[in-house]
Amino acid sequence: MSVVAVLIPIALLLGLLGLAAFLWASSSGQFDDLDGAALRILIDDGPQAGQRDE
Amino acid sequence: MSAATANSVAGTLAHTELVVDGLRCASCIAKLEHGLAAQGVGVARVNFTTKRLQIAHAPGLATDAIIGAVKRLGFEAHVLADAAPTGSESKRLAQALAVASFAAMNVMLLSVSVWSGADGATRTLFHWLSALIALPAIAYAGRPFFVSAWRALRQGRTNMDVPISIGVALTCAMSLYETVTGGPHAYFDGAIMLLAFLLGGRLLDSVMRQRAQDAVTSLLRKLPDDVRVLGPEGEIRSMPVAAIVPGMRVLVPAGDRIGVDGIVEAGTSDVDRSIVTGESVPEPVTIGGTVLAGTFNLTSPLTIIATAAASDTVIADIARLMAAAGQHKSRYVRIADRASRLYAPAVHLLAALSLAGWLIAGAGWHQALLIAVAVLIITCPCALGLAVPVAQVVASGALMRRGVLVRDGAALEKLAAADTVLLDKTGTVTLGQLVPMAGVPETPRERSILLALALATRHPHARAIAAMLEAEGVRPATASDLHEVVGSGVEGEFDRDVARLGRQAWTAPRDRTQCTDAVTTCFAIGDGSVHNIRFADAPRPDAIEATARLKTLGLDVQFLSGDSWTVVEPLARQLGIFARAHLSPADKHEAVQRLERAGKRVLMVGDGVNDGPALKAASVGMSPATASDVGRQAADILFFGERLMPVPIAVAAARRTMRVVRQNFALAIGYNLLAVPLAIAGQVTPLVAALAMSCSSILVVVNALRLRRAAR
Repeated sequence: MSVVAVLIPIALLLGLLGLAAFLWASSSGQFDDLDGAALRILIDDGPQAGQRDE
Repeated sequence: MSAATANSVAGTLAHTELVVDGLRCASCIAKLEHGLAAQGVGVARVNFTTKRLQIAHAPGLATDAIIGAVKRLGFEAHVLADAAPTGSESKRLAQALAVASFAAMNVMLLSVSVWSGADGATRTLFHWLSALIALPAIAYAGRPFFVSAWRALRQGRTNMDVPISIGVALTCAMSLYETVTGGPHAYFDGAIMLLAFLLGGRLLDSVMRQRAQDAVTSLLRKLPDDVRVLGPEGEIRSMPVAAIVPGMRVLVPAGDRIGVDGIVEAGTSDVDRSIVTGESVPEPVTIGGTVLAGTFNLTSPLTIIATAAASDTVIADIARLMAAAGQHKSRYVRIADRASRLYAPAVHLLAALSLAGWLIAGAGWHQALLIAVAVLIITCPCALGLAVPVAQVVASGALMRRGVLVRDGAALEKLAAADTVLLDKTGTVTLGQLVPMAGVPETPRERSILLALALATRHPHARAIAAMLEAEGVRPATASDLHEVVGSGVEGEFDRDVARLGRQAWTAPRDRTQCTDAVTTCFAIGDGSVHNIRFADAPRPDAIEATARLKTLGLDVQFLSGDSWTVVEPLARQLGIFARAHLSPADKHEAVQRLERAGKRVLMVGDGVNDGPALKAASVGMSPATASDVGRQAADILFFGERLMPVPIAVAAARRTMRVVRQNFALAIGYNLLAVPLAIAGQVTPLVAALAMSCSSILVVVNALRLRRAAR
């Protein structure tokens, strides 16, 4: 039974980590512009973003 | 980048949010963001999903200047009509759902071990752990339900959230008692799973409403609310429309919206009245003529003497009519609310009865309460809560892919019940745009000269010609001298030939042929032949098929038009439907109300401001996305594109949706009929309750997924 005492806290901790990551992402606006994020990867930025105009 | 950078260092940046049209791809985002930075406007960030643009800029910069800068980059920007923050509700629900699912999964793991035979100290330990996870999670994730239930109870009503809240609270209390006394049953898993499933349904519902709302606010444009007033000493001031009193002289530049009702004092022009009358042909006005607020001055500047204050204009009357129509809208009750009105008291009654019954039968308080809670839990409207939103979300997603935007889930329910369709003519059955029908010259040289002339003015005739020729790939000829003659047309010199496009009397004074009615424009090069270009408002390409399909759906289709009978009759004959012409906005509103009073469920399809009151008064209103702001505001459903077919498609999809919703209700109620007697008899273990609940929910979701191809 001592295994349980180790495994349960670990399982809970990992789950909590995932939950915390989701809550952080959601509140910091990571899901605000899902379609835009898919497109932004195609934008060809130079070393200094915001300086180029095509 | 000078001003913006300097200010961002100082930390005193103003923020402006705009809606942008014409965002299509990654390079649009880059062009807009980099372009605004390069122009020194400020730091811009595009949200592609909501088509919004957020700019941090110097505080002194006017919104108009930003819109101008965006326009120079080739995009159309406008101020948000409704600046309310969106998405916060969905975000809160998503976070609550995340917490609830996390807790549900972990509690389930512990419960499975208990079910599979853990007992004694292990079982008690697992129950304590479950309580530790579940209680804070329930306190956090259950708030939307508790708050709503409390609000309903305080007003002496009951809703779906009341049995949920009571069930969850009682379950937690009972389970805690079991845990403390080392009893065999704890129901934390059931309570938290219930919340997770219900939150899923709520989230779907909220996401759908928000998506539709975003699309609508980005369609709405803010009307200009300033007008230019000519003072007694000849000075020109900008004044808000609301401050106008009768007798003031107002200047209206060509291409601007007229802000007030009035009489023309100086100038001759064409006015586009389609927003008020639905008539797409521009109307010539001259000194002494009357103009209405909201209409467009097309060709040349006008000076107008205001005859009415802003609150007395025709537009304001229509707005009042619409507000009244909205209040009288039929007392419609959403199907979910109707169900819960019956369901919630039944659940409470059943639970109370089983408690009393077991007490009378001689069971102890503890056992009787446990059974009552089991009844509450098992009847908790998990599947019932999902039945409506899931079906609506799937169906409106399918409709969105076909170019139909449902603003509110209730619109689908009302659409499914409609039995009469009233169609407006201009802009609804027709495209609302003039299209050149005949008389466009054939030779390439004439065509390219015509295009060059047409591009030089904003008159709707010229724009229609330009759109047609550009679509055919014609390139404009280069003119040496191109100018607009106010009130007459455009003139240009091409290889020493003078070409003219405009009124017949000016373009070809010697030619006295049929070039006289309002839907004709003349084109002539030098002294050569004169082309009379005729225009008509073309019906949507599939108008006949769409009306035929509406009829096969069993709907009574009728025409309601503000146009004259001569224009309406041929089209009505072509479509084979009953028509009424020459109706004012109040007449249309009247017609809808009379049908509604006679017990009909009316679907009104219209676009103009003149249709606004009728759209509001009808059970359900549909509007093309190209409609006036008022039309779009008043409609429950919008459709995009040049086709009319979305109307019957939406009706068919709405009926399919309601069929699935009813099936879902049957499934959920059937499950209850099966499970409740077992629960009352005290035969339901936590395992059975959890499995039955999940199965019924999944069944409901799977059934709703069949609607993915509903929009056919």
